[in-house]
Amino acid sequence: MASNSTASATEAPVFYQTEEAHPPSSTMLGFWLYLMSDCLIFAALFATYGVLGRSYAAGPGPKELFDLPLVAVNTSMLLFSSITYGFAMLSMERGSKGGTLGWLAITGLFGVAFVGLELFEFTHLIMEGAGPQRSAFLSSFFTLVGTHGVHVTCGIIWLITLMVQVSRLGLTAANKRRLMCLSLFWHFLDVIWIGVFSFVYLMGVLG
Amino acid sequence: MSAHPEAHGAHHAHGHDDHGHGDAAAHGSLKGYLIGFILSVILTAIPFWLVMANVIDSATGTAAAIMALGVVQIIVHMIYFLHMNTRSEGGWTMLALIFTLILVAITLSGSLWVMYHLNHNMMPGMSPELMREMP
Amino acid sequence: MFSNPDVLKFIFGKLSFDSLPFHEPILVATFIGVMIGGIVVLGGITYLGKWGYLWREWITSVDHKKIGIMYMILGVIMLLRGFADALMMRGQQAMAFGENHGYLPPHHYDQVFTAHGVIMIFFVAMPFVTGLMNFVVPLQIGARDVSFPFLNNFSFWMTVAGAITVMISLFIGEFARTGWLAYPPLSGIAYSPDVGVDYYIWSLQIAGIGTTLSGVNLIATIVKMRAQGMTLMKMPVFTWTALCTNVLIVATFPILTVTLALLTLDRYVGTNFFTTEFGGNAMLYVNLIWIWGHPEVYILILPIFGVYSEIVSTFCGKRLFGYTSMVYATVVITILSYIVWLHHFFTMGSGASVNSFFGITTMIISIPTGAKMFNWLFTMYKGRIRFETPMIWTVGFMLTFVIGGMTGVMLAVPPADFVLHNSLFLIAHFHNVIIGGVVFGVFAGINFWFPKAFGFKLDAFWGKCSFWFWLIGFYFAFMPLYVLGLMGVTRRVSHFDDPSLQIWFVVAAFGAVLIAAGIGCFVLQIFFSIKNREKLRDVTGDPWGGRTLEWSTSSPPPDYNFAFSPVVRDQDAWWDMKQNGYVRPLEGFKAIHMPKNTGTGAILGALSIAFGFGMIWHIWWLAAVMFLAMVVVGIGHTFNYNRDFHIPANEVIEAEGKRTRLLGNQA
Repeated sequence: MASNSTASATEAPVFYQTEEAHPPSSTMLGFWLYLMSDCLIFAALFATYGVLGRSYAAGPGPKELFDLPLVAVNTSMLLFSSITYGFAMLSMERGSKGGTLGWLAITGLFGVAFVGLELFEFTHLIMEGAGPQRSAFLSSFFTLVGTHGVHVTCGIIWLITLMVQVSRLGLTAANKRRLMCLSLFWHFLDVIWIGVFSFVYLMGVLG
Repeated sequence: MSAHPEAHGAHHAHGHDDHGHGDAAAHGSLKGYLIGFILSVILTAIPFWLVMANVIDSATGTAAAIMALGVVQIIVHMIYFLHMNTRSEGGWTMLALIFTLILVAITLSGSLWVMYHLNHNMMPGMSPELMREMP
Repeated sequence: MFSNPDVLKFIFGKLSFDSLPFHEPILVATFIGVMIGGIVVLGGITYLGKWGYLWREWITSVDHKKIGIMYMILGVIMLLRGFADALMMRGQQAMAFGENHGYLPPHHYDQVFTAHGVIMIFFVAMPFVTGLMNFVVPLQIGARDVSFPFLNNFSFWMTVAGAITVMISLFIGEFARTGWLAYPPLSGIAYSPDVGVDYYIWSLQIAGIGTTLSGVNLIATIVKMRAQGMTLMKMPVFTWTALCTNVLIVATFPILTVTLALLTLDRYVGTNFFTTEFGGNAMLYVNLIWIWGHPEVYILILPIFGVYSEIVSTFCGKRLFGYTSMVYATVVITILSYIVWLHHFFTMGSGASVNSFFGITTMIISIPTGAKMFNWLFTMYKGRIRFETPMIWTVGFMLTFVIGGMTGVMLAVPPADFVLHNSLFLIAHFHNVIIGGVVFGVFAGINFWFPKAFGFKLDAFWGKCSFWFWLIGFYFAFMPLYVLGLMGVTRRVSHFDDPSLQIWFVVAAFGAVLIAAGIGCFVLQIFFSIKNREKLRDVTGDPWGGRTLEWSTSSPPPDYNFAFSPVVRDQDAWWDMKQNGYVRPLEGFKAIHMPKNTGTGAILGALSIAFGFGMIWHIWWLAAVMFLAMVVVGIGHTFNYNRDFHIPANEVIEAEGKRTRLLGNQA
């Protein structure tokens, strides 16, 4: 007996499935929901920055502090890592384990470069006396940008873990699903970064 | 919302691994990634150029341009990198995204609106310019 | 070497002998009591040799039913703690007039009311609600488990870890003295330099991770795992409300996480988000935390509305009146709950335009709630009502909740709120809706689904005693607070000068004693039900004449819930099956695919307690080591690909055969 649910008036109604039903995998939906909650974390941080972002407490403001060329380089690191992650996914689709691992490694390097540049920027600011304690503006700036940086760092750790898992077990269905989750995570961080460079850096320098 | 039974049926047709092979459209193609990349490079470069070269005289105009370009770029990323569409997961991802965007808008605009009025009423006579210099 | 203060400070952080409250006789006595109780329980488990059983069958279990039951047990235990705080407050306020300063110094009283609020919301109401959803939802949608069974176990243990962190504060150090939302600048480092607020922050952050993940899990479960044929508009109402609740959880707990994280940064790093200097703005904290806080109250009440809907239709023997409007009302409340947050701080001074916007949205939200009330009433109208224990709780709710709802509308009027804000009127209002709504609903739900979980009903006599003590006790305890609030008495006060107020507080204290009797009757109800379980046994699996799928399987359900996945044709699926000639299948059983148990969740929970403890006491080495351990254990878990197994067909045949024989004996 098949698993048809709609019983017409003449047939006896069917109340259960005799064949084992495989529920569809929930992983991608579940991970997407997690990303949505993460998105709200950033929403709250953006709101905080929006409220406090002009409270310089007679200290330095964005015009004095932000180094736009550095931010531009940093943004390009993230953009490159996006396209290379895309290439990793395409290699995965082709079933090329080596290609996937190679592109993942390149993506990871771009990610490391991004975090490195951000750390450089942060140390520079703190050395100048514009640390997160200096004013509410700097508190919210460091927290918003830092939270994004922490996410990228987590992404890199996850990426390394997945590289180990793929190299050990190959492109199995479970590993592919994981790579796709990380893909969502990685591209999601790009989207957040668009908000950061537009709203924080560019608008900040604008005054 | 009644899309679910069909989606359910489709799963039975494909087998349960709904992200196996033959579903490549959901992962994008080389062309898709390249288009997305080029667009996002352009959409990043323009706002940086606007600010760094001081192209538009009015700061408000530049700010509006930055925000508009940012929104366009976010949509580009959503389509070409995150492969958002109304079909994946029976439309639930899109529904979740729209709901989240509404909440993000409420959180941001609501907080700014509420806090603006609070600051205005509770710290009267203190203009934003003065606030910046407040110790 | 150990006399070197730097070394001591490195090892123990802020912790020292002075942190132990030897000077508080109440705490010392409590500590001794807890120790004796703990030794008895642990010794008993050891004596009976049950540790292996507990570890294998419960602690590591990924079965949604067992996790749901453990959530309920957590809720009951924490209810006792939270209610002890309530009794202490009622006692203090009833006696502390004029010369008499009561038995609680302000320093201690402030911790008691903070702990009461935090525990009752986060570690009583939330576990109860999550527990009910966890237990019931997969059964109602005809699924074998949730979408992410390991995550479910992990979420539970994170919630427990948060609860344990709060409990530790009772005996080591102290709890926050700030009220349950810890507004800065009072909760900032300048005014709360001790560890109380840190206990508050870390317990909520740890438990919050669990809550958020369990929200994701249940949404995915409801979206993906419904039985064939169960379209959205055929989902049982409880499942609908659970879906909306979890949407709210996923959409709001991140805001709480951020708000508390910013407060943490202010306290630990010296940032200036909510300080009074360097541009900080304490009003922002209030704004942010209520963006979470208002949806939170709907997180608590929505699933309980679902519980009442199931109970009303079951005990009136009728299909729920206005199913569609019920669903739409739930969805509308979900969305509206997001645009009313400012009504918690009308008096902060946002001005007329902002206040009237939020006042109006607040009043609008009472419309769908009212629609629900009418739906229940119309379901009862011309129904054959059976006043079993779950139903009397429901009727008690309908009367009480309407009063609470109406005082809520009064508070929604900004000018009225300027008079009533932070008064005992507000306290009476929210206890009226939380006790009259959530607590009554939880007890209704426990009485309703207990036979499903354990295979025997709860004792009706003690259940009714519990109900009447609770109901009457509630009115005695909180009606006086309405009066006092209208007279202008504010909340969180430990001593009064005006002796004419005392009689109202004495009446309220009497009410609290009645509620204590109600809780006592509930404990006795459990005790006598277990004692007389053979008399109360239900072998049919459907003791109330149920309507939804959970009643179609045995009580307690087998590990796999359903031998064959059900096919749904109607919103009252089980009722439809009973009416249209459903015959229980007796053969053709196959092996069933199930997730494996894992200890990772419990280990991560334990590590997070130690991590939180290290952060609270500034024991940085401990926090760092524990954090690393959590990362390593978490990553290690992802290397385990072998997460499921099959229950062999012969075990299914055996379990189902046993049920067939039982049902045969019954007939």
